[in-house]
Amino acid sequence: MSEPLLSVRDLSVSFDTRKGVVEAVRGVSFDLGREKLGIVGESGSGKSQTGRALLRLTPPPGRVSAKTMTFDGIDLLGAPDRQLRDLRGGRISMVMQDPKYSLNPVMTVGRQIREAYRAHTKVSKSGAKTKSLEMLEAVRIRDPERVYRAYPHEVSGGMGQRIMIAMMLITDPDLLIADEPTSALDVTVQLQVLAILDDLVSQRGMGLIFISHDLNLVASFCDRILVMYGGQVMEELVAAELHNAQHPYTRGLLECLPQVDSRDKDLPVLTRDPGWLL
Amino acid sequence: MIDIQNLNVVFGSGADRVHAVKNVSCRIAGGESFGLVGESGSGKSTVLRALCGLATGWDGEVTIDGEALEAGARRSDAFYKTVQMVFQDPYGSLHPRHTVNRILSEPIAIQGLDNPGSRIDEALQQVGLGEGFRFRFPHQLSGGQRQRVAIARALILKPKILLLDEPTSALDVSVQAEVLNLLMRLREELSLTFVLVSHDLAVVSHICDRIAVMRNGEVVEEVTADDLARGQPADRYTRQLLLASKGYDRAAIDQFEDFG
Ligand SMILES: Nc1ncnc2c1ncn2[C@@H]1O[C@H](COP(=O)(O)OP(=O)(O)OP(=O)(O)O)[C@@H](O)[C@H]1O
Ligand SMILES: Nc1ncnc2c1ncn2[C@@H]1O[C@H](COP(=O)(O)OP(=O)(O)OP(=O)(O)O)[C@@H](O)[C@H]1O
Ligand SMILES: [Mg+2]
Ligand SMILES: [Mg+2]
Repeated sequence: MSEPLLSVRDLSVSFDTRKGVVEAVRGVSFDLGREKLGIVGESGSGKSQTGRALLRLTPPPGRVSAKTMTFDGIDLLGAPDRQLRDLRGGRISMVMQDPKYSLNPVMTVGRQIREAYRAHTKVSKSGAKTKSLEMLEAVRIRDPERVYRAYPHEVSGGMGQRIMIAMMLITDPDLLIADEPTSALDVTVQLQVLAILDDLVSQRGMGLIFISHDLNLVASFCDRILVMYGGQVMEELVAAELHNAQHPYTRGLLECLPQVDSRDKDLPVLTRDPGWLL
Repeated sequence: MIDIQNLNVVFGSGADRVHAVKNVSCRIAGGESFGLVGESGSGKSTVLRALCGLATGWDGEVTIDGEALEAGARRSDAFYKTVQMVFQDPYGSLHPRHTVNRILSEPIAIQGLDNPGSRIDEALQQVGLGEGFRFRFPHQLSGGQRQRVAIARALILKPKILLLDEPTSALDVSVQAEVLNLLMRLREELSLTFVLVSHDLAVVSHICDRIAVMRNGEVVEEVTADDLARGQPADRYTRQLLLASKGYDRAAIDQFEDFG
């Protein structure tokens, strides 16, 4: 493939606050093909803001700039609002970090999925319902009919996350940005849900940006990894090589993980070096 | 310290009936750390909620620190001095428009305790947050700082038992290490009993002595952390869980069984 699906050069996001300018993302560049790109890094390193900027979902008063930000030939920064609204939740979907915040608390789960689908597809109400139930089943919800009728507070943490994923996949997107999409799932269901995403990438050519703090998972699941710190990309790695990373920041993150033989011992925490930033 | 016999929790009725917890029994000694792992939706949070009086429609026999609990009955104020819970969602569990000071004052006021100021100081200090955090709002805190405020709120009444629902799953690995170190230090200093829910087997094994594995409302197996580390649990579902915790492997996933 000659043209990448998504191309980003020099992406920056900043917020003016009373205490000065917060540079949340600083000069991030990457290309994405029909593959799985992981983004890891400590809390506050700019992972979510990078993802949101791609869909122009940066909250006010945030400002976004980039030399290039194109998706399948479309200039995401310059595109008119209407075109972007059509892309969002249609050809490009994003699973937000906080499922309970993203779901409407006073609307049933089923209605929310159904309406997300009908916003982008011409389909009858009953057709949308059938498809919604299929999606709930695909993400391994045990009793899709009950969950379809339930309100968000009546489902468990991990069910909420799977509902969000079902809602974002129902329109068959070309690009999925998934921000900590499986952090509340048990490990078995987590892998089963990731297998669905994986198959969409390998069989349908979807592009996936997978934001996560689970280093072992990203190393085994993704093709490439961006490691972020202070709004910048510290290094880009072939995913399977994560455990051989040389950068002291990446090594520091790996060392924080509890190990089988670390029981009851204090874990190392990260020591940060501002000198890592350019 | 905690004795649960045949705990059952049912929500809803008719087609929407969920038997969320089925005949769960376990005994947890004082000072012990007990882990709950298992399938999403298997009833882990509901067990904790029943223990601390948030889920009322349960039956079974539950004794905590010598006091037999009654389903549906309001728990005594003294009860909340024994048992406190840290919730799954660090974003939703702190009131967005209350300062840290106000969040920590509330349990003190409800219990009518004296010296609120010094109690708040002490709790903040225990979780490693300085005086500078006292008048901040939740949105001015990082995820890890929020979780520490939630732990401080749970500690302020000096409970004997801490129920922890996924206390680190929303945190990055470095903050997770800080929170785990903090929990182990507090357990030592305050002789706490923990019940910890987590889907991260490494986290549970790091802190807990014994671990119950739940699926579909039931406890399918109780294992020691050592047995889990040796990789030899007896139950097939537990073995699958252990395999899944090793990382993503597309071919292995197709072999996963659905235990129905
Ligand atoms: N509205 C805002 N005003 C000021 N600063 C903000 C705002 N939103 C985000 N930030 C800052 O931008 C930086 C990057 O935030 P971002 O949410 O991208 O982090 P993250 O890497 O996703 O972290 P986490 O792992 O905790 O989700 C942080 O320092 C954050 O405090
Ligand atoms: N208030 C409620 N009303 C109706 N059903 C509920 C309610 N709370 C929980 N349930 C149901 O009870 C079951 C167990 O939920 P619970 O939250 O205990 O699961 P969990 O093991 O903590 O899952 P997770 O790991 O995803 O957080 C689920 O099927 C859920 O839908
Ligand atoms: Mg984020
Ligand atoms: Mg739960």
